[in-house]
Amino acid sequence: MNRLRAWFRKLTGVVPTQQQEQEFSSELESHLQLHIDDNLRAGMTPADARRSAIIKLGGIEHTKQAHRETRTFPLIETTFQDIRYALRQLRRSPGFTATAILMLALGIGASIAIFAFVDAALIKPLPYADPTRLADVAEHGVAFPRSNISYLDFRDWQRLNKVFSSMEAYTGGGFLFKTSTGVEPVPAARVSDGFFRTLGIRPMLGRDFYSGEDQPNAPPTTILAYGTWQRRFGGRKDVIGQTISLSGTPTTIIGVLPQDFLFPPRGGAEFWTTVHQLSSCEKRRSCHNLFAIGRLKDGVSFETAQTEMAAIAKQLEIQYPGSNRDQGAHIGPLPELIVGQIRPILLVLLAGAFLLLVIACVNVASLLLVRSESRRREFAVRGALGASPSRLIRQFITEGFVLVAAGTCAGLASGVLAIRLLIGLVSKDMLASMPYLSRLGLNSHVLLFTAAIALLAAAIFSLTPVLRLPTATMREALNDGDRASAGTLWRRLGANLVVLELTIAVVLLVGAGLLGKSFYRLLHVDLAFEPSNLATLFVSLPQNTYNKDELVVTAAHKIIDRVSTLPGVTSVAITSTLPVSGNGNTDWIRIVGHPFHGEHNEVNEREVSSDYFKTIQARLLRGRLLTQQDDATRPRVTVINKAFADKYFPGEDPIGKKYGNGDLAPDSLKEIVGIVDNIRESSLDEDIWPAEYKAHNQDADSFFALVVRTSGDPTPVLTSLSAAVHQVDPGIGTFNVLTMQQRINDSQTAYLHRSAAWLVGGFAALALLLGVVGLYGVIAYSVSQRTREIGVRMALGAQRATVYQLILREAGVLTAIGITAGIVCALGASTMLRGLLFNIRTWDISTLAFVAIVLGAAALIASYIPAHRAASINPVEALRAE
Amino acid sequence: MGDKTDVWQGTLSLMVLKTLEAMGPLHGYGIARRIEQTSGDLLALNYGTLYPALLKLEQEGAIASEWGQSENNRRAKFYSLTRVGRRLLDKEARSWEQTTAILARFLAPSEDAS
Repeated sequence: MNRLRAWFRKLTGVVPTQQQEQEFSSELESHLQLHIDDNLRAGMTPADARRSAIIKLGGIEHTKQAHRETRTFPLIETTFQDIRYALRQLRRSPGFTATAILMLALGIGASIAIFAFVDAALIKPLPYADPTRLADVAEHGVAFPRSNISYLDFRDWQRLNKVFSSMEAYTGGGFLFKTSTGVEPVPAARVSDGFFRTLGIRPMLGRDFYSGEDQPNAPPTTILAYGTWQRRFGGRKDVIGQTISLSGTPTTIIGVLPQDFLFPPRGGAEFWTTVHQLSSCEKRRSCHNLFAIGRLKDGVSFETAQTEMAAIAKQLEIQYPGSNRDQGAHIGPLPELIVGQIRPILLVLLAGAFLLLVIACVNVASLLLVRSESRRREFAVRGALGASPSRLIRQFITEGFVLVAAGTCAGLASGVLAIRLLIGLVSKDMLASMPYLSRLGLNSHVLLFTAAIALLAAAIFSLTPVLRLPTATMREALNDGDRASAGTLWRRLGANLVVLELTIAVVLLVGAGLLGKSFYRLLHVDLAFEPSNLATLFVSLPQNTYNKDELVVTAAHKIIDRVSTLPGVTSVAITSTLPVSGNGNTDWIRIVGHPFHGEHNEVNEREVSSDYFKTIQARLLRGRLLTQQDDATRPRVTVINKAFADKYFPGEDPIGKKYGNGDLAPDSLKEIVGIVDNIRESSLDEDIWPAEYKAHNQDADSFFALVVRTSGDPTPVLTSLSAAVHQVDPGIGTFNVLTMQQRINDSQTAYLHRSAAWLVGGFAALALLLGVVGLYGVIAYSVSQRTREIGVRMALGAQRATVYQLILREAGVLTAIGITAGIVCALGASTMLRGLLFNIRTWDISTLAFVAIVLGAAALIASYIPAHRAASINPVEALRAE
Repeated sequence: MGDKTDVWQGTLSLMVLKTLEAMGPLHGYGIARRIEQTSGDLLALNYGTLYPALLKLEQEGAIASEWGQSENNRRAKFYSLTRVGRRLLDKEARSWEQTTAILARFLAPSEDAS
């Protein structure tokens, strides 16, 4: 009890009060006075009386200090003292303080920002029940390691497997949704009935799909995404049970998904419905348009599941040799599918940010070293006056902590800013495919990470000067003569640190160089068409109105004609899939007269209008292009690309040859009339596949993309495109109007490469700056320490050129070691980048050479300044100063 | 002078408490003189060491302090025993007596043997 009270009163005593101090002073004064009175009475002289009283007391200051220490906890009190002293020290050298805090803020801020992304994407578990037990279930084709699964295969897999407690399918889709401003196509998803139960998601409002609600006779129902409910239905609770019209089908709203629900493969989906109404594709086993998820039964591993599903696929292959040949199974963890693509980039960025942080710490540490060097005398004096070595070391540690605390606060602020900035750079479409990024922010993980790096930095900063505080030699430090040897010691340590910085800078520069070059090559990949001055727009004809091919063809012609009249438009065409959107939407073909054993010859399948090749300016290599006359009344014709001709007609002339589907069904037979260049249908970093271009007139689709060639900048046309389409029929849905160039630049591939290149480039630039500043610091300090030596040399006849040489050689050696070590490390580190590089080797000589030159030049400039200063030393003054 | 003993750790506060019990409210200088006199001038007491001990006792609530006038009209801070202090004195005194008694037993036989 007493002890507790005493402890509490001591704690309150931490706050130093003037009053306590004064009161004790007067108490001591009265004590002395009483003692002096006694002494005087004993016959002493006044001077002796006072002296004797003070001696008996044991010293006024000493007593006061002992009293002070009892008043509160000495450790806390002296720590406060240390902090006050540290702040005063830092205030006294604002240049050092600002530089150190700025560097720390940079390093810590960058690390925090990147870590926040890593946390949102990779660390936080996906918001499903037990997400690690969820599997991505897909088929495995010859050309695609992971391909869509066909509806009938899916039902067989679902029925036959014993490894999943549940397995459900999903696919994309879209509806035309009537709003006050007209018809709007909205992205949607169609799933089998137990999809949400498998994920472990329960609607926040209303109910989930009933079991059996995905059967053909079930009434159409939909579950809303949370954002849709908020945006389109005002977040009203009474929407449950309401009937809305989706593409003309009356559909009942039965539920609303939770706010934190996300499913990146169908990130943008606003309406979730069941697959109760099968599309024509879903009725055929050979048509693949679904993906599936499965929840592994307890104790079942992914390998077991893979083996079992492969066996089932094999069984189906025997049962349906035509459609299922070579169609295996692909089972993988669902989280891997969701974040697998972004992981390597994030890890590279995290490594980059971390290297930057190391450079920043090293730089600040060497600044601290320089300071500790110039404060040797101060510490020697304090030591001589009775400060214990541990107290002196504590002073250093406190200063380190104060610096780190300030740096961390600044770093947190800059990190938050950087997160905002980075997330602002992510396009809306990208965000829809990476919805987990919406979980970005300062959460406990990020704060914990911040605390960890702050502690690490604090440890580094407090330890470096401590290492350089040889308490035993303190007395020598009082002598000026000691300075030269101490300087040498420090120069060696500082030089090592600078080599480390330069090495890291080289690694980051090489990384940035490789990523930048790879990004450049990606953007300059051969497209085989002219992307500038092209405007594009997706068009969706309502299937209820345009339920016959002829109606679709007529509408397409009307749209083309209408858009052609817009000012500035020189040519208009349509295609089922825009170029550079990725391999896919394929057809299995069999060439008439070629040996065939049921293999799946996969080619990209595109339906285009007659002016398509002219509009995108693709080159015709042989034969003729499609014409307006190639319509439903005429024999079916196709134009193929060069890759098709090379692969399936080696040494043959394809013109006039025919091909069809695997059975060579008569209505599938087409005649090849022309060969065009390899138009890049694939995304920028994929291989070119064989492709066929069928006549839209003969193979109409109610969903297509409009491609518009303009005489000048296509941007002005963009705004009038939708209106022009709606003049044909206001019920037609249009969306995603963009120029072709925007589409290419914003494509996921370009985006990921660009962000990696820019961010690593930014880190590298900062690293270069910090590294060079570090080098400058070391050389400049070395010059200041060697002033006398240089003075002596010059007095003995050394030329200025020799002095330049002396200093530049010192810098040159450090730089050379740094660059060499850096390149060796970079070669090792860049294997980490391999997955992110396009068309470039990890040991690209020109990049390495360029980095070496840039760093060498920067280092030369940085060391020239101190070298110049050294050469202009006046020997007389230098010698006198010492 | 040379035979003076240093004050053992912890015994000083007991002496202070006992002094205050015997003398009533007293200022720091008075307590110091009194302890010295009571010890028969055998203790070498640096008066300064008394003040942290007084502060500690005050923090524990064993004594209270108040400014007042000394016998020769000097302003001084007077310390007095509180109820807590009385209890503490009893406890400490008893435990001290016990300790000395035990130690005395240890030391006694060796004296016999010599």
